[in-house]
Amino acid sequence: MKIIVCIKQVPDTSGKVAVNPDGTLNRASMQTITNPDDMNAVEAALKLKDETGCEVIVVTMGPPPAAGMLREAMAMGADRAVLVSAREFGGSDTYATSQILAAAISTIGVEEDDIVMCGRQAIDGDTAQVGPQIAEKLHLPQITYAADIAKEGKTVTVKRMLEDGYMTIKTQTPCLLTCIKELNAPRYMNMNGILSTYSKPLDVYDYEKLKDHPLIDATTIGLKGSPTNIFKSFTPPQKGVGMMLEGDGKETCEKLAGILADKHII
Amino acid sequence: MDFNLSREHLLVRKMMAEFTENEVKPIAAETDEKSEYPRENIEKLFDLGVMGMCVPKEYGGAGADPLASAIAIEELSKQCASTGDILATHNGLCCDPILTHGTPEQKAKYLPMLTTGHKVGAFALTEPNAGSDASKGQTEAKLEGDHWVMNGSKIFITNGYVADVFVVFAMTDKTKGTKGISAFIVEKDFPGFSVGKHEVKMGLHGSPTAEIVFTDCIIPKENLLGREGKGFSIAMQTLDGGRIGIAAQGLGIAEGALEEAKNYTKGRVQFGKPISKFQNTQFTFADMELGCEAGRLLTYQAAWLKGQGVRYTKEAAMAKLFTSEHAMKTTTKALQMFGGYGYTKDYPMERMMRDAKITEIYEGTSEVQRIVISANMGL
Repeated sequence: MKIIVCIKQVPDTSGKVAVNPDGTLNRASMQTITNPDDMNAVEAALKLKDETGCEVIVVTMGPPPAAGMLREAMAMGADRAVLVSAREFGGSDTYATSQILAAAISTIGVEEDDIVMCGRQAIDGDTAQVGPQIAEKLHLPQITYAADIAKEGKTVTVKRMLEDGYMTIKTQTPCLLTCIKELNAPRYMNMNGILSTYSKPLDVYDYEKLKDHPLIDATTIGLKGSPTNIFKSFTPPQKGVGMMLEGDGKETCEKLAGILADKHII
Repeated sequence: MDFNLSREHLLVRKMMAEFTENEVKPIAAETDEKSEYPRENIEKLFDLGVMGMCVPKEYGGAGADPLASAIAIEELSKQCASTGDILATHNGLCCDPILTHGTPEQKAKYLPMLTTGHKVGAFALTEPNAGSDASKGQTEAKLEGDHWVMNGSKIFITNGYVADVFVVFAMTDKTKGTKGISAFIVEKDFPGFSVGKHEVKMGLHGSPTAEIVFTDCIIPKENLLGREGKGFSIAMQTLDGGRIGIAAQGLGIAEGALEEAKNYTKGRVQFGKPISKFQNTQFTFADMELGCEAGRLLTYQAAWLKGQGVRYTKEAAMAKLFTSEHAMKTTTKALQMFGGYGYTKDYPMERMMRDAKITEIYEGTSEVQRIVISANMGL
């Protein structure tokens, strides 16, 4: 049994977000972190590893420095890593990204007992599309928004968290799950993990490695293979300072209603 | 010459910074206020392999080097010098002498206890009349058949009332002066061992300091650490390494205070602008930053030398002396920047300043460090 976890390096939004004059993110000048939801996926995989002794493989698509993030996941306890990296893959939108990641995952090999895990969505794009698209392209059953995961034999029971409640679903492996922050608290790296991470295997899947995969085609990867077109990106104008009314009496409500009426909102 | 930290050291720093931010910082003020040993965090540090990290893997440790341990202590001490102290004592003053001087049997028994066994370690040298002059200890151990009988007491013992394993120094032959001192590994459950007075201190409230008392304490013969009569040399050698830990602690306190002051002065507006924009504040910051950088280089140099297995006595003393005095200066100046607020418990400055003071005193006062440095200058 193995768990393949897809993770993504994203800008650290707790620091300064730098934007180029053309409205795109200036990624070079920003600190990066592992996408928070992906950390929950890593933790879920490592918990299953603690319980079953299964293998955990972390995968990312990104430029070579993303290897640092993979080393951190291995310092937490993942066994090996795959960095999917090539110029040909640059500029991919979610469709092309899931195409490439699906090719990489199937190259690693998804067997009967395996699970693929992703974070729900990345904090830079906020699409929540890549996980479900990978599942579709690999023909795997998928369960999104996992807030609890239990595996018994080949059956995986997942509690999904929806806006208005929970839904519990059972499926069979192999399957793909997308994880949310309510699922767990990601563990820290540990000393043994840190001191062994650079001796764990990290394979690089470049264009040469994946080009003959049926999912990989010049029209399905990179900028050319991306049906998404961004017409404009911009920083929205800053809103004015808000107003806080305190108190719970009728007087406060009347004051609020008065302000809203003055502004012709009500 | 390469001043870059290794990839692994950078990860240790990152791990410890995250741990400190999420686990240590939120309880640091309460730990101080209630004088509470941060037990839960120490347990977590055991789980992460930080407690006893330099112990080789075969004994349950991670086989880390002294620089990794220094970085861990530095990061913890940025927010809670007490937690940094507990780690520094455990790693530098208990695990290290057992690893360096222990027999294979002693290492096999005690090092796994101090790593995977989650048992806390301590070091007991100081006595009421033997502080800087450590050779004047009165605690005595006599060999009687298959065991030693120890009588006496030790004071100011860090981890004193939480530790399970102590490295203790006692006279085994009073006629020989320092050559009559021997080292022992003592467990808290040995008959005749007891914990005395818990010290109420100016700072470092989360670090449990106590007197320990030996009343006909029975210590198995095989728990003599190193050869008989070699205790003073073991103590001095251990303190050389321990000083790297305190240097890292002082460095962390100074860096933590500097960061707090930077954040505060950027937001504090007086005379129409943030006080960080006044030249007086900026020059003070320049001195703080300079001291932190110099202290970091001295501390990492000493840790690196220890890791290389070469003599580092003078370098460790210089690092400890410099960073501890810098911690005191920086916390004092940083508190001044906070004005009246700094003097209150609403901000961490007064705690940091109280915590900084001890770094100039324990594991060799600043005066003792100057003795050590000058004694190694061929004068």
